[in-house]
Amino acid sequence: MIRYLKKHVSTIVLIFIASLFIWPMLWVVSASFDAQATLTVRLPKDFTLDSYKAVLSNPSNYRSFLNSFIISFTQSTLVVILSMFAAYPLSRSTIKGKYRIMLSLLFITGLPITAIMVPVYMMFFNLKIINSLISTSLFLTAAVLPYSIWIMKNFMDDVPVSLEEAAWVDGANFFQTLKRIIVPVILPGMCVVFIMAFSGSWGNFFVPFILLSSVEKAPAAVAIYQFFGMWGRVAYGQLAAFSLLYTMPIVVLYFVAQRFMLSGFMFSGSLK
Amino acid sequence: MVIVSLLPALALIGFFYLAPMIISIIYSFTNKTLVGSKSQEFDFVGISNYIFMFKDSRFIVSFINTLVFLIFSAVLGQQILGFIIAFLMQNKSKGLRKFVGTSVLLGWITPEVVVAFIFFAFFSVKGSLNDAIGLFGIGPIAWLFDFAMIAVIVANIWRGSAFSMLMYQAALSNVPDEAKESAMIDGANKFQVIFRIILPIIKGTIVTNTILVTIPTLGLFGVIFALTGGGPGNDTTTMPIYMYKQAFISYQIGYGTAMAIILLLLSILLSIFYIKSFRYEM
Repeated sequence: MIRYLKKHVSTIVLIFIASLFIWPMLWVVSASFDAQATLTVRLPKDFTLDSYKAVLSNPSNYRSFLNSFIISFTQSTLVVILSMFAAYPLSRSTIKGKYRIMLSLLFITGLPITAIMVPVYMMFFNLKIINSLISTSLFLTAAVLPYSIWIMKNFMDDVPVSLEEAAWVDGANFFQTLKRIIVPVILPGMCVVFIMAFSGSWGNFFVPFILLSSVEKAPAAVAIYQFFGMWGRVAYGQLAAFSLLYTMPIVVLYFVAQRFMLSGFMFSGSLK
Repeated sequence: MVIVSLLPALALIGFFYLAPMIISIIYSFTNKTLVGSKSQEFDFVGISNYIFMFKDSRFIVSFINTLVFLIFSAVLGQQILGFIIAFLMQNKSKGLRKFVGTSVLLGWITPEVVVAFIFFAFFSVKGSLNDAIGLFGIGPIAWLFDFAMIAVIVANIWRGSAFSMLMYQAALSNVPDEAKESAMIDGANKFQVIFRIILPIIKGTIVTNTILVTIPTLGLFGVIFALTGGGPGNDTTTMPIYMYKQAFISYQIGYGTAMAIILLLLSILLSIFYIKSFRYEM
């Protein structure tokens, strides 16, 4: 009986905690459909889609989503390819200093991007690569590579070497081996790396805020912040709709790939 | 020869990550500014940026704010909440685990600026929190002015607890049931089981997780910047916010980078601990 009650108490506590997490979030949903949106969570008085129409009819908002997509897609694609190339020798060869490279990469993952943004800005400014979607993507690539190489290596370690040896004997070169033997087996790992990189850069604010100064280059993270600065304290409905539209792609991506994500997390967790 | 395939990644990391760090060490010893004559013809000023930092009361404030923010939001807040959720979730039905896990994870995947807007609404004078406490006849309270630090701490706990939850879920699944059961038979209550049995077993995860939640919180910018802008006054100005203000608002690149170096040193220290704990576990 006591056990039963205890089990119940913990369930109630859990549901209470979960609702505390959901509660603040509900505002974005309710306000975005409310013609007279306020700052509180409430059922919309006048249900409307006008906020969404207003956000989507603004071409500069479109462009900001396109910019976000260009940055995140370029970055995560590069991250997957480069981390796969880098992880291969780290997983397979017995070179000296392999352990040291792995530890150095781990060390770099512990350094926050925030701490180097001022010199990165100066460097980009002096090299005249400031305000460019490509160089911003490249910087974001470098920023997540160390961590991605680790995850990729962990996935690769699980691929039996014997498969490749057969391929080598058949005369396959490096790229053919990667493409035919490794890629099919570590596809889930590649998805994990891609999704983590994509959602990381999609949600990043500081890097594009510093490196992309012109309005035309601003990704959604920056555009929505500027919207907040100009209209956010008046047009709550539009702010909420914009926020929801901006958050949606990551949520969808996350749910689609939840299986991969969790297995990837366990990987990095067990090999910390 | 296969090692060549490592080079593109290492080159990119070296160019975009390590080079700026070296540049920043050099700039931190200069009086370089972002605009004006000192932007090109700057002088080496030795360690005066660093000396100035410790005389700069606003820097001291930002340093203390950073510590308060780190300890209450990450080290204690996220970890304790993450542990409680993970602990209570053990042996629960799949449906409940999924519901609770998803609610917590949604905070984790929400982009920084959106987290800031959500809590801007939540803590505003006419926001949801005041609505709720109003039911008990309390308030309304101007949270973002009178309790701004609490607001950013809550926002960071909301955003970051999922990571600790996942880490502790993984760790708790490795605690053998026999250990807990034999302690129960010996008459230990639930709290004794947690403190005497479970926590000692998962202490490796606690060490690693403490470092892993500290690092992103130390560098957190977007949430605080968009929620309070570091205000009111300097109440929520952490080191990254103050660094940004000095370098890009006051154009003091030299001073700003000196601050970045301090931030970097702090994270290097943490990172070394992290690698030590990692080696220990290997």
